[in-house]
Amino acid sequence: MSNSLLTRRGLLKTSAVAGAGLALPTIFTSGARAFTNDPTGGTVTLGFNVPQSGAYADEGADELRAYELAVEHLNGGGDGGMLNTFSSKALEGNGILGKKVEYVTGDTQTKSDAARASAKSMIEKDGAVMITGGSSSGVAIAVQGLCQEAGVIFMAGLTHSNDTTGKDKKANGFRHFFNAYMSAAALAPVLEKLYGKDRTAYHLTADYSWGWTQEESIAAATEAMGWKTAEKVRTPLGAGDFSSYIAPVLNSGADVLVLNHYGGDMVNSLTNAVQFGLRDKQVNGKNFEIVVPLYSRLMARGAGKNVAGIHGSTNWHWSLQDDASKAFVKSFGTKYGFPPSQAAHTVYCQTLLYADAVARGGSFNPCSVAEALEGFEFDGLGNGPTLYRADDHQCFKDVLVVRGKENPTSEFDLLEVVEVTPAAQVTYDADHPMFAGGALGACNPGA
Amino acid sequence: MLGLNKTDSKFLLIVILLTLFTPFLMQPFAADSGLDQFNGGYPDLMQKVAIFGIFAVGFNILFGLTGYLSFGHAAFLGMGSYAAVWMFKLLTMNVIPAILLSMIVSGLLAVIIGYISLRRSGIYFSILTLAFAQMCYKMAYSVLTPITNGETGLQLSLSDPRILDGATESTSLPVTNIFGLAMNSSYKLEALNRVFTFNVGFYFCAIIASIAFYIAIRLFRSPFGMMLRAVKSNQQRMNYMGLNTKPYTLAAFVISGMYAGLAGGLLAAMDPLAGADRMLWTASGEVVIMTILGGAGTLMGPVLGAGVIKYLENIFSKINESVLHSWFHWLPDGLEEVVVWVFARFTGEGWHLTLGLTFMLVVTFLPGGLVEGIKRLKKLTKRGQKPKDKLDAPDPEHTPPPSKHVV
Repeated sequence: MSNSLLTRRGLLKTSAVAGAGLALPTIFTSGARAFTNDPTGGTVTLGFNVPQSGAYADEGADELRAYELAVEHLNGGGDGGMLNTFSSKALEGNGILGKKVEYVTGDTQTKSDAARASAKSMIEKDGAVMITGGSSSGVAIAVQGLCQEAGVIFMAGLTHSNDTTGKDKKANGFRHFFNAYMSAAALAPVLEKLYGKDRTAYHLTADYSWGWTQEESIAAATEAMGWKTAEKVRTPLGAGDFSSYIAPVLNSGADVLVLNHYGGDMVNSLTNAVQFGLRDKQVNGKNFEIVVPLYSRLMARGAGKNVAGIHGSTNWHWSLQDDASKAFVKSFGTKYGFPPSQAAHTVYCQTLLYADAVARGGSFNPCSVAEALEGFEFDGLGNGPTLYRADDHQCFKDVLVVRGKENPTSEFDLLEVVEVTPAAQVTYDADHPMFAGGALGACNPGA
Repeated sequence: MLGLNKTDSKFLLIVILLTLFTPFLMQPFAADSGLDQFNGGYPDLMQKVAIFGIFAVGFNILFGLTGYLSFGHAAFLGMGSYAAVWMFKLLTMNVIPAILLSMIVSGLLAVIIGYISLRRSGIYFSILTLAFAQMCYKMAYSVLTPITNGETGLQLSLSDPRILDGATESTSLPVTNIFGLAMNSSYKLEALNRVFTFNVGFYFCAIIASIAFYIAIRLFRSPFGMMLRAVKSNQQRMNYMGLNTKPYTLAAFVISGMYAGLAGGLLAAMDPLAGADRMLWTASGEVVIMTILGGAGTLMGPVLGAGVIKYLENIFSKINESVLHSWFHWLPDGLEEVVVWVFARFTGEGWHLTLGLTFMLVVTFLPGGLVEGIKRLKKLTKRGQKPKDKLDAPDPEHTPPPSKHVV
């Protein structure tokens, strides 16, 4: 400890250096602009933030394809896809407000941190004026919060948790995808018709925010029609093997198993359940049934034959026969050689809806975009007449109840639509208890 | 200066200057040069480099000096973030109390984990720390959701009390600041066809990083540092000599945990969100890779390693296929596809592959990390300039430099 002594001179020098260092940042102030990343040149940059690695990489890859397709259509390329069927005609195929659309991509890794870092670099480095994507509710909520702070619009992709437009809703965030409450409201009547009023459900739930809101929603909807809930068991995310969770199901007296899982977890838990022979069992004199509330084609493909006859809900399916869906499937299929998934559909719609809102509002300012989207009623995007509700920035549209096909004709033809539940039946009040606790706040244009 | 000898003072000054001029250094390419893609001079990346530099420097105090390889340092990083965000929610948006609390809390956690884990050494110690970190992660992810908000991560909300800030009528979320100066405000300077961004948050991190670096130098040069090095070379002999090494290793563990907590607190100060992913074992592994890539046991190494990894992660992962197509569009069609396909494996989502290759090459050819590479380059150029007299430069193997501190 010989040379740790501070001399008077040394102290003076040091404090001068430190003082200069501390004073340095105060000379910087933020530049004055109307809003974050006002596009000044002949182009406008959008940020596509999707999982390219991790559990939801398949969904992410399909989302990215749809984004590229949407950009092509916005710039007047390709066959125009759903631009031709979209009820609003503000878009002319010359980019957005005459500016050519460019895009940057990033990898969320399905982690909130990585997703925020990626979105931040898009906003700070590439000048993105809108961020969209996300294939997990946690990520979507995290990025939505970031966009609110940074002053850009966030168009949520695949996020099904009630919280995204419930307790974590933000003024700069918008969701086209449906949510857990809507799934439950659409499924319950179908389940009642199929399996009757006297049933006991057993829940296996992915142990994170999306799983909980879905479990809550489904349990509430089924209990309202007379079902009992035997038990709600939480399973860790990415458990791989669910045998130890499936075994106790039969002894619980339940006759319906509800799998609140998504992606790889759903593939594994469903496969385990079917392998245990649950579906061949008789409990309480009734056939044992399995329900997967949130279905996707990519998951159905993973689970293979095990999905046959199992019911669930989905946001959109490529076999729909309205003009818009057909146009979208056609242009997606022409470009990539296979039909789009529901994830691809929702992000394509989100991109178009954003571009259209900019065009109608006449500005890229997030507040102008938000104003144009709030309360916007549209049609021709594959889900029938749809409302973007101003109170919580959630889209209200028809929900599809689907069933795994018994005899699929191809690796894409795995689900069949059982019922289209009208929007009115899945609509809830903005202050519904499952969505309470948050506030939109005011739109933030940054700057 | 500041109790350092001449060489160290010069070293510290160089490091401080480098950090101050980071906005210029990381923006080397002009906007229209086509290499714009490789510029990293935007606030988020600069902040991350500084913060993970702190994290790695702290990790190096444990690993580089004592040789104890902790695989659970991410727990302290995450703990620091949670503490900081709670401070933002409850007390004030000023970053100072948040950062102080994050250091204290992660220091306490380090005392507990360290006290138990340091009963073992070598691989057993690594596994114990890994187990603790994974436990923290799992708890943050599900059991402790009321505190950590689970998978979504802890965020600010309008209804937070924020006692010291007083009630505001604002309908937008407040931003983190230091005595009113917002962390996210920045000044943009357009010159030489480049945009240089001077960000308050970055300079805040840079100043703290410089202080952290200074403390690390002092630790390395102190009798305490010498003791830690002795632990690395032969702990058994020290024990036989009647020295109790445990307090020294525990102190090193706690200091290094507090560095990690500081880094976590700063992460939250730059972007007020704390997610459980921050505690995941991959995050612990990342800091190990940073330290080894840069050069374990050296002062500058971990900072270099942190910079390289964060740069790769943020810049290479953004080079998607359409960017590659725009680079190679001059190639004939068939060849272009092939070249783009090959490059796409190493960029975009394939950036991990680039990182892995870099790591392998460095470990194989430069076991001392990037710092060793720089030293070798220096040696090469020096040798080229003037061939030395044998007597001028005595063989360092046989005459080691005199130790600065003799206990």
